[in-house]
Parts: sequence; structure tokens; C-alpha cells
Amino acid sequence: MHNKTIAELGAGLRAGEFSSVELTRHFLKRIDSLDEGLNCYITVTPDVALQAAEAADQRISAGDAGPLTGIPIAQKDIFCTQGVKTSCGSRMLDSFISPYDATVVERLNAAGVVMLGKANMDEFAMGSSNETSFYGPVRNPWDRERVPGGSSGGSAALVAARLAVAATGTDTGGSIRQPAALCGITGLKPTYGRVSRYGMIAFASSLDQGGPMTRSAEDAALMLQAMAGFDPRDSTSAEEPLPDFSAGLNDSLQGLKIGLPKEYFDEGLDAGVAASVEAAIEEYRKLGAEVVEISLPNTHLAVPTYYVVAPAECSSNLSRFDGVRYGYRCEDPKDLEDLYKRSRGEGFGEEVKRRIMIGTYALSAGYYDAYYLKAQKIRHLISDDFKAAFEQVDVVLGPSTPTTAFGLGEKADDPVTMYLNDIYTIAANLAGLPGMSVPVEPVEGMPVGLQLIGNYFDEAKLLNVAHKLQQVTDWHKLAPEGC
Amino acid sequence: MSLDRSDIEKIAHLARMAVDEDRIEGYATDLSNILGLVAQMDDVETDDVTPMAHPLHMAQRLRVDEVTEVNRREDFQAIAPKVESDLYLVPKVIE
Repeated sequence: MHNKTIAELGAGLRAGEFSSVELTRHFLKRIDSLDEGLNCYITVTPDVALQAAEAADQRISAGDAGPLTGIPIAQKDIFCTQGVKTSCGSRMLDSFISPYDATVVERLNAAGVVMLGKANMDEFAMGSSNETSFYGPVRNPWDRERVPGGSSGGSAALVAARLAVAATGTDTGGSIRQPAALCGITGLKPTYGRVSRYGMIAFASSLDQGGPMTRSAEDAALMLQAMAGFDPRDSTSAEEPLPDFSAGLNDSLQGLKIGLPKEYFDEGLDAGVAASVEAAIEEYRKLGAEVVEISLPNTHLAVPTYYVVAPAECSSNLSRFDGVRYGYRCEDPKDLEDLYKRSRGEGFGEEVKRRIMIGTYALSAGYYDAYYLKAQKIRHLISDDFKAAFEQVDVVLGPSTPTTAFGLGEKADDPVTMYLNDIYTIAANLAGLPGMSVPVEPVEGMPVGLQLIGNYFDEAKLLNVAHKLQQVTDWHKLAPEGC
Repeated sequence: MSLDRSDIEKIAHLARMAVDEDRIEGYATDLSNILGLVAQMDDVETDDVTPMAHPLHMAQRLRVDEVTEVNRREDFQAIAPKVESDLYLVPKVIE
């Protein structure tokens, strides 16, 4: 049952082959027996799940079911869930029971999903390995000595390990696509503004975007349909019409123009990963696509630019955590400054502190022009690279990550080496473009992700291009041993 | 750009964030390395480039000036570290 997709399970539920309560119990049992070794979930919510499953079963028997009704999923613990602990992977919010639902949660609940629990993640979504979580690292279900990627590492690992049918994730510099690649699942970061950020705990507000993490492009389309759309409660929500993301999944790729940025295939790319991406490109040629080389000349500036913009915005956003109204407060503060300083010093972990300090420095008097303003200008250049590319091609294709999953602890002590893991994913965030990671042929038993980047609000095209590959290959169906 | 001990102390103070005494040197090294990475931006000529403030170049949306929120004081204070008589308590600020 747990190997089935949303589409298959939805059909089974509506045909009365099994109930949502049965399906939910099946997944809760799997979490019970398998999650201890993986640590995908921060909080498991069996009561909330079974209540939602019962409600879903009633909707199904009343003939009022949508494609997601009764489907068990996990919410990344960055999304506020009313009455349920929302930690964001941090000690700072270890005691935080959210008083409201994020828009994404509200919409998925309205669609009838069953929330099994809250997925582990890097603290405040800052990390590429899930090792910065206050709740301990998530292990990669394909090899437990390796990382699942981050920051949506719990979401990616639990979808790969079949501990939920799908999950939500968020992506500020690659946090959906990179873990999706390292765990062998399908992940989509929509266009900036497509999915509401209301109730999604902010990291870098001009980059953050929520999206689905699933086992197929078809499922990603169904999840995105429920998650996306204009929200007046998010001031940067885009007032764009919402297409039917499933309608064009099977459109022919005959004549589709795919651009391969030469900068994404340089010496930094592992040879095995390159070969897997090449094999997928060959499939696209067979499907009738035309593949051309393009250039995104400012690619090398994406990581440096990001490590000014993201920390600057994070230092501002995370100033709200002051130990006064909610979250962690230190013991016996001697005065107000001591209360702020120790609550923040004790509540935040190492990586979060590093980024707050970099951001504070970059925004401090006398440094603004040299750092933040300069970065915003280069961001424009990076964005212009894509603009030029999309005048020639329909989608941009490359690897999601330079290598397969690295070992636990391998890069944890060296922030700069860790940051370079997101070298291919960050540019799409800086430009605000939609991006997707799709599993291709594994290398030495470890998953590899193919990245697709589309034009603004063209998620439907990405889903179509990903789905066609999944119709002619079985890479996305591979499951880790023992799962 | 290389940061030293006193830079870290100053930055941590600006961020109102306590850092462990024995971690200061480590932060100085880490932050200097990150700034080294960031310094790649310096080689780019950007005098004629406009800064990108919003990925979609959208203007901030305005809304009608109407009350849309309900008072949920009790819910919000229930999750506060310390409250008394409907007020959030902090150490005494004015003697």
C-alpha cells in the first residue's frame, strides 16, 4: 500500500478498496517501526491523523472527495500547525504550540489530507544536510551513514522511506531540490510568490518558497494544486491565475527546447552524476526535445551573493525571537539586555548564530553598500542571465547537486564547503524562478537528481517535462532497501 | 576581509546574542572564511546595474484599512514565557 502514489491511493479510496483510517494506521505503524533509525519526524500526530482520516472517510462516502482527500502526508516543521508543536528544528521554538495554521496547512487540510506529523529539518531551514536540527540529524534511507540533504531533509527522507505518501518542503537556496536529489524523490520549488508564505516561519523573505515533495511529478502536480494560489495574508503573494497543473502532464515534448548551461557541467561535477544526467538527456532526445548548450555566465556568483542576501534577511527576520512573547527564555535574566542576549544565545544553534552574525555585519553601518547593495545588483545580473536563456529555450536542465549524498559529519565543521553543495540550486532562488529535482539513474546505489528550471509561473511546463521522463523510465520508482 | 575577536564581540552585541567565550575564535575563523567566499563579488563591475529588490519586480500591495483580525490575547499569552495581569513580563527597565 505504501508504494502507491497519491493518484493510485486516491482511486483506491474513492473505489472503497480501503479506508483512509486503514491507510493512516498503516503509515503510523510504519513510522513506529522505521522512524527510530531515520529520525525523519520531530513530532508524530496520531490523534490528529486519525481524526482527519475519519473526516476524510465521511467525505469520500458522501461523494465529496478531491484528489488529496484521505491521503497521509507530513508537514515540514517550518509550517505553523494550530495546536501542534511547530519547532522549526530549533530549541528556540521547542515549546511553541502554534496558535494558527499556515495558509499551506489550511489549504491542504481543506483538501482533506491527513497530517501524520511534522518533519525534521535544519534549524530555521539553515543547512544542506539536516545536521543543524536541534532534534538530531536525519539519516538517508539509502545509506544511514550519509546525510539526506537539507534543509527539508526529514521531508525528503520520509517520502523516500515511504513513511508518508508526500510531504511539504520549503526552498530558500535549494532546500527542496537538494534533499529531493539526495533521497531519490521528486521535489518542486515554485515561482517566488506562487505559494503563500503566511505561517511559514521566515528565513530569507525574498527567497523563501514552499513546495511539494513527492514520489512522482504527477503527485507533485496534485499537491501544488492544493498549496498554490493568491493569499491576501502574504504581501508578496502573486496575483497570478492558477492553471490546472495536471492538465498538461502528458503533452508531447516534440520540439521542446532544452538548454544545458555549460557552467553546470564544469569540473566541479562528479563524473557519475554527469553520466546519469546525460542518460536522462538522451531520453529527452528520444522524446523529441531539442537540446542546446547555453551559458549562464554569472553562475559562479550565485553562492557568494546568496551568502549576503540570505544572512542579511535572516538576521532581520530572526530578531523577533527575543524571549519575550513566545519561544525560549533563559533562566533568571538580570536585566532586559541579558534576557535578549542569553535567550538568543542559548536558543539558537551554531549555524543560525553564524548566519545572524554575517547578516548583522553585512547590514551594519558603513558596510551596507559593499555587501547587501552589491549583492542585490549581482542578483540582477544572475536574473538577466536566465532572462536571456529563456529567450532561446523552454526549460533549463542540469544536475541538482554536484555529488550524491555525503557522509554524516563529513562537511559539518566547514561552513563554506557545505555552502558549495547548493551551487546549482541557489540561482533559481535569487532569480525567483521555479525549479524541480527529478530522480535519475543512481550512482553506486545512491540517488541522483536532475534539475529543471522553468520560466516564471511555468510550473506546469516543468511538471510536464518531468512527467514525460517518468513515463519512459523507472528511476523514480526505486525504493531504498528495507523500506 | 578578516574578522578578529573584538569584531565578533561587537557583532554579537549588535545582534543582542550571547556567544560562548571559547567559541569566539571559531566564529572569527568561520565568518572570515564566509566573507572570503563573498569577496568574489568584488571583481564584478556593477556601477550601472540597478539593485534587484524583488524577484518579480512587483510593488508592495496595499489593502483597505479595515479591521480583519480578532482579539486572541488569551491564545497568544498562553504560549508566552511569562505573563501577569494580561501583560508580558520582562526584567525591570525603569528604576
